[in-house]
Amino acid sequence: MLFEYIAIATLIVLAVIVALIAIGLGELFGPKKKMEEKSMPYESGMTPYGPGTRRMPVRFYLIAVLFILFDIEVVFFLPWAIVFRQLGLFGLIEMAVFIAILLVGYIYAWKKGALEWE
Amino acid sequence: MTAIQIIFILSALVILGAAVMVVSTRNLVHAALYLVATLFGVAVLYAILDATFLTVVQVVVYIGAIAILFIFAIMLTRREMRDQGEQLNKGWGAAALIGLLTFGGLFMLLNNWRGVNATAAALPSGFDGVVELGTALVSTDAFVLPFEVASVLLLAALIGAVYVAGTKK
Amino acid sequence: MIWEWLIKALVLIFTLLIGFGYLTYYERRALAFIQSRLGPNRAGPQGLMQWMADAVKLIFKEELTPDNAYKLVFFLSPVVTMVPSIVIAAVIPWGPPVTLFGQTFNQYVADINVGILYLMSIASIAVYGIVLAGWSSNNKYAMMGGLRSSAQMISYELTLGLSFVVVILMAGSMSLVEIVEAQREVTWFAVIQPVGAILFFIATLAEVNRHPFDMPEAEQEIVAGYHTEYSGMKFALFFMAEYQKMIVISAIMTTLFFGGYLGPGVDRFPWLGPLYMAIKIIILLFFMIWVRASWPRIRYNRLMAFGWKVMLPLALALVFITATGILLADTMGNPWLMAIIPVLSLIAGWIATLMVDRSLRRKSYA
Repeated sequence: MLFEYIAIATLIVLAVIVALIAIGLGELFGPKKKMEEKSMPYESGMTPYGPGTRRMPVRFYLIAVLFILFDIEVVFFLPWAIVFRQLGLFGLIEMAVFIAILLVGYIYAWKKGALEWE
Repeated sequence: MTAIQIIFILSALVILGAAVMVVSTRNLVHAALYLVATLFGVAVLYAILDATFLTVVQVVVYIGAIAILFIFAIMLTRREMRDQGEQLNKGWGAAALIGLLTFGGLFMLLNNWRGVNATAAALPSGFDGVVELGTALVSTDAFVLPFEVASVLLLAALIGAVYVAGTKK
Repeated sequence: MIWEWLIKALVLIFTLLIGFGYLTYYERRALAFIQSRLGPNRAGPQGLMQWMADAVKLIFKEELTPDNAYKLVFFLSPVVTMVPSIVIAAVIPWGPPVTLFGQTFNQYVADINVGILYLMSIASIAVYGIVLAGWSSNNKYAMMGGLRSSAQMISYELTLGLSFVVVILMAGSMSLVEIVEAQREVTWFAVIQPVGAILFFIATLAEVNRHPFDMPEAEQEIVAGYHTEYSGMKFALFFMAEYQKMIVISAIMTTLFFGGYLGPGVDRFPWLGPLYMAIKIIILLFFMIWVRASWPRIRYNRLMAFGWKVMLPLALALVFITATGILLADTMGNPWLMAIIPVLSLIAGWIATLMVDRSLRRKSYA
């Protein structure tokens, strides 16, 4: 099994090399004429104002938290799905209980408007 | 030294080095990226141990979800990415002493344990950890209760997150 | 051993690179066909060398790095975006094992027993390139584009993951090779679970930021999103990543729902496997282009609401419908009871469509 990972590692290394070669080609053949205007942030031709990175809305944070929780749920699903045929009805009921508990939270988030984007 | 040992030492060095950088770098986003490197090193350790499921789950959950949350949280809180304050407070000497003592204690403990030099028995051929895990998660004589309790834990986290980040209409 | 890995990896990389070149050409020609135009037809016969001309143009462009960008991360993020788009293809089987020079070769780079989770993990790494590109550019539009894009990708990843669960339930394995072989015995999983295949297709459109979910690149609002500040070959890497992801994700969809390399005569002539894969991939790619030609962009708040309020519950429902159907067929000992799965899931999909329709008709929904 470890061999399969080494095969993947080979692929990763080669892919990185290809990406670096691509950037290297551009650096090698592209013109380099530095100008003040060119190195300013691009704002559709207007003179840029204010900092480039700003504080973002809290919505994104909430989405990331919700994503983690449901992602873990999906991860729990996977080993269950593999052996589902052996588990039978009992396995289905247990997973239904698991999801039912989580669904309470999902409905709460929905009712609280956490899934709305205004 | 076998190839596996070399891979282990390399990934251990990456884990430790990146972990030091997480707490010492001044740029918060860089700190988050070093944390990703640490987590990735741990994934490599799992791969060496033939724990395929854990390897991939480590990447999916920790790198793919939790570290992303950290990056989002950093972008949420800070306008200036560079913190100019002192990095150590007065208690650093005591903290270093406690850290050293803990390390020494663990070292002694492990040194006296016979299992530390033993090689683990090879897994029987045809052993599929994922199948074992799936069966264990829902069978009554194994982990069915923790499994359902995990759901309650997720529910609590969900409600907490919605409450903390919720906006009043 | 090491040579086998190297050669397989190189073949995979060059297939994807050339596929990327021709996919851009294919997309432009197909769009032109739909819009009654000619499309690129000057470089080479029928414009077949167009991608080479584009590549040469991009190589001779200037690489700009804004002064206040975070230089190292700015340099790394196109690499971090492009590499996963290749690496994710490692577990896809392109055909049955072939015999060459008296040795048997498998037509995949690696077959790991958690193949599907591997796909999920690499897909989640791809988010990094985009959020970091947006942040390191130190540009308002890039930042907004990067955030939008990453939030969208993680939201639709859940639906993607749950459609994977549907497939695993039917195949009983996470290895992609075994999933294809399971479809040999039954039938294409798209027949058993048509709604699952459609959900997967929609989720992949969002995952690769394609129309109609290309909010991160909504040029009317945020210039070009996360790659606003990129030029030359660094921009080309983002471009490459998007098109390679399109190819790879069509290959994954073929493997999971459309029988992978299976087709008439594939057992006697294993080399037909890659050919069948290619045909199926090209058809799926045409659907992606067709969607782009005919659908307007969805507004961002509707996009997120659609992902969380329609796709996620529907995918969860499909998982339980599939599980119930399999359980019923197994306990009754009658495989035809599996027919309950497509029936019930079509009903569920129809209900979801009705609800979307109703909420869109409501006036209060801004």
